[in-house]
Amino acid sequence: MKKVGNQTIVFDIPPTVLETACIGGPKEANGPLAKYFDQVLDDEFWGEASWEKAESKIIKETVNRVVAKSKISQGKIEYCFSGDLLNQCISSGFGLRDLNVPYLGIFGACSTFVEGMGLSALFCNTPIANYALCATSSHFCSAEKQFRFPLELGNQRPQTSQWTVTGAGSALVSKSGQGPFITSFTPGKIVDMGIKDVNNMGAAMAPAALNTLIAHFHDTGRSPSYYDGIFTGDLGYVGKDILSELSLKYGYNISSNYNDCGVMIFDKSEQDTHSGGSGCACCATVFSGFLFNQLKQKKFKKILLVATGALTNATSAQQGESIPSIAHAISIEI
Amino acid sequence: MINFFQNVDWILVLKSFVIGGLICLIGQILIDKTKLTPARILVAYVTFGAILGGLGIYQYLVDFAGAGATVPLTGFGNALAKGAINAVYEKGILGAFTGGITATAGGIAAAVFFGYIAALISKPKIKKQ
Repeated sequence: MKKVGNQTIVFDIPPTVLETACIGGPKEANGPLAKYFDQVLDDEFWGEASWEKAESKIIKETVNRVVAKSKISQGKIEYCFSGDLLNQCISSGFGLRDLNVPYLGIFGACSTFVEGMGLSALFCNTPIANYALCATSSHFCSAEKQFRFPLELGNQRPQTSQWTVTGAGSALVSKSGQGPFITSFTPGKIVDMGIKDVNNMGAAMAPAALNTLIAHFHDTGRSPSYYDGIFTGDLGYVGKDILSELSLKYGYNISSNYNDCGVMIFDKSEQDTHSGGSGCACCATVFSGFLFNQLKQKKFKKILLVATGALTNATSAQQGESIPSIAHAISIEI
Repeated sequence: MINFFQNVDWILVLKSFVIGGLICLIGQILIDKTKLTPARILVAYVTFGAILGGLGIYQYLVDFAGAGATVPLTGFGNALAKGAINAVYEKGILGAFTGGITATAGGIAAAVFFGYIAALISKPKIKKQ
């Protein structure tokens, strides 16, 4: 393991993404990636009394599923990284309280999944761990309630707003294996361009994604064409266009192999989500479902996953603060 | 029942529909074209209605369009202002503080009552879009 350039970690013995699992909500079940989910739900409550409880159940069951699929006994998993969008990461804390695995709660907003995968890979690249697990969740209803308005108010969503994905994704990383391999990890810097509109997160996060992309290419000496696919976490339609334009301006043409998980997870014409999907579960489920499947089938051999996060909360938005944003990147190759 | 329909002032119904609709249309434009949150638009409507009511302008709209002007939030602001002004004439300056709520007590109590009933009999749901 070594650091290249300013901020990229390259794994000389790259850890393997051993197994993934994801669960999605009813809206995700009608989206184009539905068949890649391990399970989809009929309703947002999943038999629970509150959306928060439902979200905890989703992350708990997703983690149980990844452990079961991997056929690794739970006792062998040495560390777990998890986080979500609810205050103090209660979905993870409550959902994983019975997991009985050393737990490290992390928060990177919607970038949490890649942060968790990067940290899992780091741990597995040292003598301290053979298996590490990461998981994130989000829930449309609990997120709307916390960040925007109570759903009971029934207010209209602006066209630039994104739809928080209901679901969870989890990945089990191991020291050795047959791949797909996590070959590098580029933790991002916080970027704040002064966007204040919580209903336009894509525009706020796009410059952070650009910053991390440029850092990654600069540090590794790779060009965008090195990858079969570059996937940002949840910039949505608005942010995706901004990033495509900005990166071209900085000399990186990503137009041919770039897509955004928030754009991929819902069907724009059939499902009116306005600017696409978002949330911790957006990047997590698209990777754990669709992308992992494509890597396993070798339809993609090299991908760069750049999860983006808006480091804001309801109080800061009400106080008129801008939205500091972040993006973390990992390259996964087979 | 037939008697009821014979007594309806259909012209007033039409005027009420148009004016009420226009007030809502302005709200929709504010949602779509500005960054104002629904809560701010709500407060602005009440404030705007209170100012127009206090200046005596809103009454012209009420006389013209009836419920089309009194039912939207601006009508609530108008009732607050009117109540406060009338109470000052009746009870003196203290009326400026008590009159508004007295005049709108029916609306406020109904909102609390029906809100509570709705909370008891319904369950929050995800929105369609």
